[in-house]
Amino acid sequence: MRRLLPYPLLGLSLLLLWMLLQDSASPAALLLGAVLALAGCRVLVALRLPPTGPRGLAALASLRRLRALVALLGDVAVEVVRSNNAVARIILRVPGAREGRSGFVHVPLDMRNPYGLAALACILTATPGTVWVDYDEAESIMLLHVLDMIDEEQWVRIVKDKWERQLMDLFE
Amino acid sequence: MNGAADLPLWLALPVALLLLAGAGLALVGSIGLMRLRGFYDRVHAPAVVSTLGIGCVLLASMLYFSVLQTRFVLHELLIIVFVVVTTPVTLMLLTRAALYRDRRENSDEVPPLPED
Repeated sequence: MRRLLPYPLLGLSLLLLWMLLQDSASPAALLLGAVLALAGCRVLVALRLPPTGPRGLAALASLRRLRALVALLGDVAVEVVRSNNAVARIILRVPGAREGRSGFVHVPLDMRNPYGLAALACILTATPGTVWVDYDEAESIMLLHVLDMIDEEQWVRIVKDKWERQLMDLFE
Repeated sequence: MNGAADLPLWLALPVALLLLAGAGLALVGSIGLMRLRGFYDRVHAPAVVSTLGIGCVLLASMLYFSVLQTRFVLHELLIIVFVVVTTPVTLMLLTRAALYRDRRENSDEVPPLPED
């Protein structure tokens, strides 16, 4: 079983992806999707990805983690809407009004899992107003560029309390 | 297929509003590219388009075609997933390239490499 389907969750996602692309759940789409999913997993095995950590991505299948994942996605959606609004305001500000300043923030991270860090980078960069710039692996310090710098401490707290904790629950 | 003319009002309204909101956000993002100063500020503007802007347009598309074809049309979800995953990668590549160059030129705009 393990050899046939080394990444069950990924295989399932690929199958779902194929059915969405085809916009159908007919037996033909299912069969072809299953073949593609198996082939995709084989490719991933050949790529020899770094291990996903002690509990791994497969553990996402447990109910508690699934709930945590849904909660995280919900938080991301809310944050995207909120920060879109904030960035739009900054862009459309009347010239001459109080200029906010942008800047770099160093955020010390506790998370080491490469997949968790990748997820954090995607979340931070996808939400307008913050861009992940650099990561120092030795010191575990991330460099973040923020468009609206209120104060450094506050941004460090936002990243650590809001995202890092949730991602560590999922990935570590 | 064009059924836009005989679209019921309850559907036409949200679809039109979502499209307008999406287009408006795309405009705001483009204005941002023009108005913000400096590379690191400008890199924030496209994120407005690639998240909520595109989300609104795709939501409108899903609503419109789902009702018109009286079944769930969901493959727009894939576009959302792919855009959300790929845009950050591009943005990060660009900013890291800029940072690398600025550090080599000893620009005082960016923080220097940590001492070790």
